[in-house]
Amino acid sequence: MLQLRCPTIGSTIGRLCDLPFIRSHLSPKHGHPFRQTNTMTAYTDLQAEIEAEIAAASDLAALDAVRVSALGKTGRISGLLKTLGSLPPEERKSTGAAINAVRDAIQAILDSKKSELEAAHLATRLESERVDLSLPPMRRAKGGVHPTLQVVDEMVAIFADLGFEVAEGPDIEDDFHNFTALNFPEKHPAREMHDTFFFNPDENGVRKLLRTHTSPVQIRTMISGKPPFRLIVPGRVYRCDSDQTHTPMFHQIEGLVIDKGAHMGHLKWVLETFISRFFETGDVVTQFRPHHFPFTEPSAELDVRCSWEKGELKVGQGDSWLEVLGCGMVHPNVLKNCGLDPDEWQGFAWGMGVDRLAMLKYGVPDLRDMFAADTRWLNHYGFSAFAAPNSASGLS
Amino acid sequence: MKFSLSWLKDHLKTEATIDQVASAMTMAGLEVEDIHDASKALAPFSVAKVVSAAKHPNADKLQVLQVDTVDGMKEIVCGAPNARAGMTTIYAPIGAYVPGLGVTLVEKPVRGVVSNGMMCSAAELELPGESDGIMDLPDDLAVGTPAAAVFGAEPVIDFEVTPNRPDWLGVHGIARDLAATGLGTFEEKPIMPVKGSFPCPISIKVDGDACPIFSGRVIRGVKNGPSPAWLQDKLKSIGLKPISALVDITNYLSFDRARPLHVYDLNKLSGATIEARPGLENHTVAEGEPHHFEQLIALDGKTYTLTPDMCVIADANGERPIGIGGVMGGESTGCDDATTDVFLESAWFDPIRTAQTGRATGINSDAQYRFARGVDPEFVVPGLELATRLILDLCGGEASDIVVAGQAPAGRPNVAFDPAYVAQLTGLSVSKDEIKRILRALGFTLDAVGDHYDVKVPSWRRDVEGKADLVEEVARIHGFNAIPATPLPPVAPRPGGVLTTQQARARAGRRALAALGYSEAVTWSFMRQEWARLFGGGDDRLLLANPIASELNCMRPSPLPNLLEAAGRNAARGLSGAQLFEIGPIYLGLEPGDQKPVIAAIRAPDKTRNWQGGAEDALFALKGDLMSLLDSMGAPVASLQLVQGQNASHWHPGRSARLQLGPKQVIAEFGELHPAVLKAMDLDGAYIGFELRIDNLPTGKTKTSKSKGALTLSPFMPLSRDFAFLVPEATAAGDILRAVRGADKTLISDANVFDVYRGQGVPDGSKSLAVEVTLQPVDKTLTEPEIEAVAAKIVAAAQKAGATLRG
Repeated sequence: MLQLRCPTIGSTIGRLCDLPFIRSHLSPKHGHPFRQTNTMTAYTDLQAEIEAEIAAASDLAALDAVRVSALGKTGRISGLLKTLGSLPPEERKSTGAAINAVRDAIQAILDSKKSELEAAHLATRLESERVDLSLPPMRRAKGGVHPTLQVVDEMVAIFADLGFEVAEGPDIEDDFHNFTALNFPEKHPAREMHDTFFFNPDENGVRKLLRTHTSPVQIRTMISGKPPFRLIVPGRVYRCDSDQTHTPMFHQIEGLVIDKGAHMGHLKWVLETFISRFFETGDVVTQFRPHHFPFTEPSAELDVRCSWEKGELKVGQGDSWLEVLGCGMVHPNVLKNCGLDPDEWQGFAWGMGVDRLAMLKYGVPDLRDMFAADTRWLNHYGFSAFAAPNSASGLS
Repeated sequence: MKFSLSWLKDHLKTEATIDQVASAMTMAGLEVEDIHDASKALAPFSVAKVVSAAKHPNADKLQVLQVDTVDGMKEIVCGAPNARAGMTTIYAPIGAYVPGLGVTLVEKPVRGVVSNGMMCSAAELELPGESDGIMDLPDDLAVGTPAAAVFGAEPVIDFEVTPNRPDWLGVHGIARDLAATGLGTFEEKPIMPVKGSFPCPISIKVDGDACPIFSGRVIRGVKNGPSPAWLQDKLKSIGLKPISALVDITNYLSFDRARPLHVYDLNKLSGATIEARPGLENHTVAEGEPHHFEQLIALDGKTYTLTPDMCVIADANGERPIGIGGVMGGESTGCDDATTDVFLESAWFDPIRTAQTGRATGINSDAQYRFARGVDPEFVVPGLELATRLILDLCGGEASDIVVAGQAPAGRPNVAFDPAYVAQLTGLSVSKDEIKRILRALGFTLDAVGDHYDVKVPSWRRDVEGKADLVEEVARIHGFNAIPATPLPPVAPRPGGVLTTQQARARAGRRALAALGYSEAVTWSFMRQEWARLFGGGDDRLLLANPIASELNCMRPSPLPNLLEAAGRNAARGLSGAQLFEIGPIYLGLEPGDQKPVIAAIRAPDKTRNWQGGAEDALFALKGDLMSLLDSMGAPVASLQLVQGQNASHWHPGRSARLQLGPKQVIAEFGELHPAVLKAMDLDGAYIGFELRIDNLPTGKTKTSKSKGALTLSPFMPLSRDFAFLVPEATAAGDILRAVRGADKTLISDANVFDVYRGQGVPDGSKSLAVEVTLQPVDKTLTEPEIEAVAAKIVAAAQKAGATLRG
């Protein structure tokens, strides 16, 4: 049952034999002093006879039979050559030359006919091998990256260039990290505005919750790490809210810079730089509007000048303001809650809705579709695997 | 909240237009939602008189009117039943935009008669009032009078107030901030106390926790009834319905001064004491029984249960609840048109208690909204005086002395403020004088102490607790737009990139799966508990107490159910063969470490047919995809063990397996989902998928060099030999392959199954595996005896693994 198989390497020599090379074309040499006319006529007749046979050969096998009968070892022309020995020496040369001339002529015609037949054979084969390439291939699913995650990658790329690291934290949080440390007063209406999802209290009456923003990761990072900080925090966040423009889960990206002397002017520059790169336009007009967040002081919302054409957003010009994100200087109480001295360290933070920014940039009309996993929608709004955002080729 | 421009001008001397006011509000931190300029909307409309009304020749319900209008006599077709000759009404010319209909009038025949305009109803002009027909106006209005003049329409701003600024819940407070921004002059009119002409017959008791301060007085001999037009117009302009003078006055002060008040009908009170105390619990009645807690029928006619965490206003020696403090009064002591003597209340209710009471009762009254945010505690008595003055002016009567119980909560402590902190925190350069001007305009008082200021915080600014708050005040009034965008000092690029290994792997996995034809989905982190249970989760601890819907009540143990559900949804729409993946968290418990990052993917049964016939085997295609994915994420694919029969119970026991580095380091599970699970999820057909734990991938040793090491390429031709092995059905082909590969680790470079055969020549319960082994000579061409020797080793190794060479 053992059987040896060796990959072929030995056909080189065979191929060399097949190499076409040019054979000299035979031209009849008239006027030779020793030619015997009747013999010459016999040669001409034989040549004509063989030429007729060649012309009549309809395929390569028939042609080969003609070749064998003419030029083969026992062929007609080979037979003539064998008669040379019986000729007187003075005739041998001229007769031999004449026979050779016939042989060469036949060979040339054979070769030509062979090429012709081979070409015809190839043409027939090609015709028979034709396939209808308009037939569809096997279905191969397109695949793609979800627009929200594509936008996260875009944002990570932009902020990586500015030296921001990526931090993450748990979705299931406690009251301290989600609210208290972020300077939400106990039982304050601001907590209620967050529409928090809660778990049932444990045996000690402590209840966990689903984080309402990515800001708890600020707290975790500041408590466990050492300043200065420069980081962004992408992640899932949850609000107990569901309508056309709200989903119970969505994505935020939080930014945090803590450094000596990091002030609101830096915040403005970082966000203007981000907006310009994210919307891929140098023409960005922003407006910082005072606002209130418990965890920043001063607090602001950032608006971007824009226009809408047929539902498509154009950032940079126009007469509308688009509210993009909330931001501010980290509240001294937040720094204190994380063990940082607000007289030594200061800094800023911002938070923005990733899904919403993805919708704005890529013209997605309904937030709820982001989470519906309709394959038609994913095909339309998804991104190619190879469109990984980077600074070199641009973000989108 | 809303106010009209004229209302603002009660407190702010300004020539500013409504747009300028709105813009100044925006830049001061008030979020303007809408500017409703009714005068603009009403501009095309004017008063007209119907001269004659005749029946329409072609329609029973229509009339053809001859109307005297600002544009002269017009023939107008009208369908209103109340249209009649001599009527004074409102005319809309051709070309006018009618806001209530949302259409612009064009000249067109109505049943053959051309109508040269339209007569308008209140609804068509978006004005309050009955809309049974066209407007029926007083006859003394002259033809051509603009509608805006008739209806007193003036611009109204609708805006949002952030919870830190309860003082902005009164127009007065907004005027102060706008004045500070330079929009006009703040007009602070002194409040003249009303001297009581008799002792207050009602005494007050407070429980300091429930209500820190409560003041009031009696006003005798009032005449309640409709309030005067100026007050009604003010209330109507912001969408409030005038009720009676007494109620309108309290509403007015609520919106003008953010000072809620309450008026009791004195003659409906029982006893001579009003008490503000926590709700009482009747311990003689079991908890859960109707009378365990007190109850009150409030002004809205609904009955509320009063619990000890609420502030209850009670009379009759504290026995009878007559109001929910700071939230709503009781029906039994409310005022009506017959009311002649009142007790006027001005108190300060604790914000947290009021907020909780609002949530517990579901009452979101204007008073509750303000008390929950914290009204000015120093304005309790001044507010009472202001209300007294208005009541005396509008309803007459005489006022008693004021009674006060309790004490206003202490104000915010003074703030030590270095003006240089403004620049340090914002990058703004604002002069000391401007800083002083701004803070003083906002009501702060400043005393210089060295190069600092000792800043006293006004009583209405309970949100200000430190120097950062003062910086915000200066910055927002000076203008955030002046903050200079300042480049962040560059940091050296991070040599290893900014992503952690796990983040980088997730990212690589995302791109790999997308390239393999899977579409990335994002699905909820929660799902229905029954499905979570099917996938090894569903612990009660992971249930949400307040889910948005019962099918989204439990944190997910796997993204697979969501992806399967989504694929099923697609299939139900006729989109079969969905290939979906998700990269996201799963939750094994409530602690931070219980959240694990996974990649899950599914392939739904594909119903599409192809002219070439049979598709590749989906299960093995999926396995190939999983291997490609693992490779792209840097997993040690060659070291992975495949274990069949130990997967979690949501997998088909015979058609699923796990990939692991050891029994405690399971990297992925894959295969076909269990038919019972699919049935429970109402899914038809064989769904396959995998789930990969990103965190279980080995992190690998951090090498100091990024070198991939040298690659040695043999100059000798590889050769292959085929073997046929008889193997018991239960033996895994993978085990035979592993044994074969291990037979000679130097020479054997690969082994692959190219056929699996059962049938003639193969005993029952066995299968024949055709295996192709590739030999890679290392330093010389192999001789026949050497090849035979390797072959013998292969056969021996396979035999050890349970395979026999087929003869």
